[in-house]
Amino acid sequence: MHKLLASAHKEFLLLTRDIGGIAILFIMPLVLIVTITLIQDSTFKTVSETKIPILLVDNDNGSVSATIKKGLDESNVFEVISIEKEDQAKTLVFKGKNQLAIIIPKDLSSDLEQKINQNVEDILSKFGLDEEETTQKESFSAKEVKLYFDPATQISFKSSVKNEIDKMISKIETQSIYNAFQKQITDDPSEAIFETENFISFTEILPKKDDEFIIPNSVQHNVPAWTLFAIFFIIVPLSINIVKEKSQGTFVRLRTNPVSYLTVLGGKTVIYLAVCLIQFVMMLLIGVYLFPAIGLPTLNVTGKLPLLFIVAFFAGLAAIGLGLLLGTLAKTQEQSAPFGATFVVILAALGGVWVPVFIMPQFMQTLSNISPMNWGLNAFYDVFLRNSSLLEIVPEITLLFLFFIITTLIAVVYNEKKNAV
Amino acid sequence: MIEINQLSKKYKGADFFSVTDLDLSISKKEIFGLLGPNGAGKTTVISLLCSLIKPTSGSFTIDGLTYKKNKNQLKQLIGIVPQEYALYPTLTAFENLQYFGSMYGLKGTELKAKINAALETLGLSQFSHKKIDTFSGGMKRRINLIASILHDPKVLFLDEPSVGVDVQSKNVIINYLKELNKKGTTIIYTSHHLNEAESFCTKVAIIDHGKIVTQGSPKDLINNQPNANNLEDVFLALTGSALRDHA
Repeated sequence: MHKLLASAHKEFLLLTRDIGGIAILFIMPLVLIVTITLIQDSTFKTVSETKIPILLVDNDNGSVSATIKKGLDESNVFEVISIEKEDQAKTLVFKGKNQLAIIIPKDLSSDLEQKINQNVEDILSKFGLDEEETTQKESFSAKEVKLYFDPATQISFKSSVKNEIDKMISKIETQSIYNAFQKQITDDPSEAIFETENFISFTEILPKKDDEFIIPNSVQHNVPAWTLFAIFFIIVPLSINIVKEKSQGTFVRLRTNPVSYLTVLGGKTVIYLAVCLIQFVMMLLIGVYLFPAIGLPTLNVTGKLPLLFIVAFFAGLAAIGLGLLLGTLAKTQEQSAPFGATFVVILAALGGVWVPVFIMPQFMQTLSNISPMNWGLNAFYDVFLRNSSLLEIVPEITLLFLFFIITTLIAVVYNEKKNAV
Repeated sequence: MIEINQLSKKYKGADFFSVTDLDLSISKKEIFGLLGPNGAGKTTVISLLCSLIKPTSGSFTIDGLTYKKNKNQLKQLIGIVPQEYALYPTLTAFENLQYFGSMYGLKGTELKAKINAALETLGLSQFSHKKIDTFSGGMKRRINLIASILHDPKVLFLDEPSVGVDVQSKNVIINYLKELNKKGTTIIYTSHHLNEAESFCTKVAIIDHGKIVTQGSPKDLINNQPNANNLEDVFLALTGSALRDHA
């Protein structure tokens, strides 16, 4: 125990003597979390408060194109700019001047109406309800609404626009079918034959805590994700610390001393875990006090602090285990630093820090299951957003702890094998 | 005190053995000098005896103990002064010594007293709270030495302890080592300074290409070598004048 405490004391001294290093260790994660949250929050505001100018070429000039235009206007997302020629719209979009152009084909409204009328007449005649004689069927070619996207447009934006337009067209088609039936069945247009209001609607039910809904916001999503990212970045300075010991000769001296490698690593674990927890506290303070001051939503930690600290503790241990292993395996700082930094980014990507795990390909989702950052992020989300209890986060923190034990054991066994006499 | 039997070491990927079938016996309280040109195998022998590397074959005992059976006991028994300054540059001299002393189980006032006494003897008292990276080469060498003797080792290994130091520092180091030896510490050291070895060692072995070429007291070796006036003459006669550059 005395040797462990002496090792921890030495690590504390080494860390505090490097003021620049300490500043980077504590300030950079804070800069990161503030920057990312500001960007994400402003992006959200841009989408919700500023309209995106899109080009509309209306070759139809009928009811369908009017409905599409009205739908786009009412979406509060787009500012519709009408334009005459398709080629002109195409050039503007492909040069990146506009993100999107919608080309509505000629005769869309009239052809759609006629096509639907024809179908409805067919159906009614099958039921023997059609009074008129069957006429020669006119054939209509399928209509195509063309969408031009700026090649730099993100796929998620493209998908949501496509979905939105698809939804509008489906609604128009449905409405037209109702109208056609109405016309065929009654001569009185005011007579309400069909209930055309949506039968199915959506209501989002949010989790509750103390009879209050937990409403997720950009802060509650970002703080856990980027806090975890910062915690895992501890592997870079930690692995450098170990490699330095090897290169400056102190590790050679320690190998001749009656002290185990586990004790040496234990001293590092104690201090670097404290660093992780201090980082975590600072991030929470930023979320609770700084964010509201700069116009961001407040991080709500009410009643969650004990569980949050438990998650941060075990996430810190997992990160430290990885740092100990990397430092033990690496021979130079040139190996440990870039590898450590890149590996954290990979773990973050796999863990769902940038892209949610559920939209990843199946193979990546499987890989994600073995990312300690995924376990940590899930545990944080459980506490922050899902109102989970200690029992519910036990699986994640157990995995994080096992990861620490396994990586540390590998480091110790590797060191013993390498230096066995 | 130290019995070495047929000790050999060949590094991974190396074409030659660095140490070949080394047989050596070092008595208690001896100041034993291991001398040889660059690449002769001196540091390899010290590294083997300090359990820093694994022998390819052969065995040795220190005070009847082996690393396989008595690892921690043996580590408590020896002290090693490595060729490099094995110190934390951003810690003070006192903090370095306190840490390395703690690794031998020393603590509290006993540790502080030992550190202060050693710093006093080696003329570093007023620098105890200065960071190592502000020290000169000679000062670092002396701290490097103190870090290895705080636990009063029975056997002290020194790998080129006076390399890169001024005459004054060298003098202080040698005198301190002599004091330790008087108190019962067996000293095994390697050096390129043959004059220093001649006056300091009670016994020397000249090693070349991983093999002992000769061994005995410096006086006997000089007397037994025709036309030799000092240990350097003996050394050159036995190892030749050719350069020993290697990469």
